[in-house]
Amino acid sequence: MEALAARVRKGGDGALTLLAAAALLLGSALALQAYREARHPLPLASSDVLYFRGGAAVSRAALGFDAILADVYWIRAIQHFGGTRRAQESDKTYKLLYPLLDLTTTLDPHFNIAYRFGALFLSEPHPAGPGRADLAVSLLERGLAADPTRWQYAQDAGFVHYWFRQDYKAAAEWYFRASRIDGAPWWLHSMAASTLAEGGDRQSSRQMWRQLYETTEDTWVRNNAQLKLGQLDALDEIDALAAVVQRFAQTRGRPPGDWSELVALRWLTGIPLDPSGTPYELRPDTPGGVALSQKSSLHPLPPQFLKKAGPTT
Amino acid sequence: MARVICLVAYHVFKESVRDKVLYNLVLFAVLMIGASYLIGQLTAGQDVKIIKDLGLAASSVFGLFIAVFIGVGLVWKEVDRRSVYNLLVKPITRSQFIIGKFLGLALTLLVNIAVMAAALYAVLGLMLWLQPGLAKASIEAPVMDPQLLMAFALLYVQLLVVTSVALFFSTFSGPMLSAAFTFGLYIVGHFNADLANFEAVVESQAAGWLGKALYYILPNLAPFDVKAAVVHGQAVSFSYVALTTGYGLLYAGAMVALAILVFSRRDFK
Repeated sequence: MEALAARVRKGGDGALTLLAAAALLLGSALALQAYREARHPLPLASSDVLYFRGGAAVSRAALGFDAILADVYWIRAIQHFGGTRRAQESDKTYKLLYPLLDLTTTLDPHFNIAYRFGALFLSEPHPAGPGRADLAVSLLERGLAADPTRWQYAQDAGFVHYWFRQDYKAAAEWYFRASRIDGAPWWLHSMAASTLAEGGDRQSSRQMWRQLYETTEDTWVRNNAQLKLGQLDALDEIDALAAVVQRFAQTRGRPPGDWSELVALRWLTGIPLDPSGTPYELRPDTPGGVALSQKSSLHPLPPQFLKKAGPTT
Repeated sequence: MARVICLVAYHVFKESVRDKVLYNLVLFAVLMIGASYLIGQLTAGQDVKIIKDLGLAASSVFGLFIAVFIGVGLVWKEVDRRSVYNLLVKPITRSQFIIGKFLGLALTLLVNIAVMAAALYAVLGLMLWLQPGLAKASIEAPVMDPQLLMAFALLYVQLLVVTSVALFFSTFSGPMLSAAFTFGLYIVGHFNADLANFEAVVESQAAGWLGKALYYILPNLAPFDVKAAVVHGQAVSFSYVALTTGYGLLYAGAMVALAILVFSRRDFK
């Protein structure tokens, strides 16, 4: 500032006047702009603008800047997924998610995380995601075509079939395929076998998530695996609590009004909490009469493991 | 002879410093530090990859602009200011003048690229220091991957080719046209592989040959781009780097020779 002031002094009053005039004009311009925007609001920026749709054409026009463009599209894909997921509207289409992932991976065919996260994003059932497990598998197939040594893509494809499509035969085939790729861990082969034999049971699902949790280097994948393990634990706990609630209903001829009735009977040591620390809810309209709170970070539970019996009496 | 060339080169370097060309390094540093903070919030654990991509892309863009905009003025400015008359009466040949000009800008670019590479390593080092877990999370390539130097080296050679093209145009054309021609060749240089296979998509044999001839005549710049491979930790062989560098240096040499040829035939009377 002192240097600037010295320079202004050196230039004399003329320079000071010019500086003041420039500041005044700029301030006026900004004020005028604010006034205009108040009277004529700016159109809302649409997040639906994709800029380009043809990944191959963009790749050619990138002039060697493919990788940085892929990063830009990857960031947009994350923002689109996160923004749509958090949005309040009921009609969540995630319509740009696949095109953005397609552009990202066309521009940078070795963008490992774009395939792996992208597949998980695409597979998440509505409203948490678009529920497009088919597109997730096709994205992973493209990843394998670009880098056939990445057994993780085949493992992820098996996982998508297992968890999101409940197609245990296809899942086992993908796990077998992954296990045959050089460098793949030994447990993929046993996972394929157990998927084929016991697909859909909570124990094999827990084993699969635990393997993913223990082998991944990525924080997001690890957190996601931890969440799913918590959900599986919650499902087991709900079953155990449902048995207690059922016993109460049989002895008293009505379901319990709140947890304190069961605590008073010493059937429970306290208000039961799910693995995230949120209390379970007594809901006579649900199978078993016990449900996870909607406030829980584990909500919603994977539908394939929920009991489909009628409400408790 | 070498002393004269070095003197000219030194003056080109000094002039670029005086023209505040190296200020772009400050911009680069600010960009990298700012990005390293912001990127972490946006990229779901891909900070290191994106910082490397950004650092290499920014180095490439800054280098390209310096090579083109300084390169096109190297000779034209001397002619326009008429300082070329004073120069040519001194014991300096036209070829020494052109080679000196080229080497001067090459030195400026070298300093730029070296500082940018150091800044990128510094930012990566800082990220690693602040988040030690990054070392484990970066499964494709180490955070402080020495292979990044290969990308910087090839980028530098690519910029030498661009500089030589700009210098060539500068010997007979004004800065606007020279910049347009150089940028045009830069773009064409990235699509060159299409020309090599032109005969497969046209029926005329002559057109196919023409495509092939253009493929060899025009600069082939795409092979200098190993940014993505390096960032993904894919091996870039020493022989590939050596052959591509050899091609770049020979091509730049040829363009400088053509520039000397054109400049030598110019009549300044």
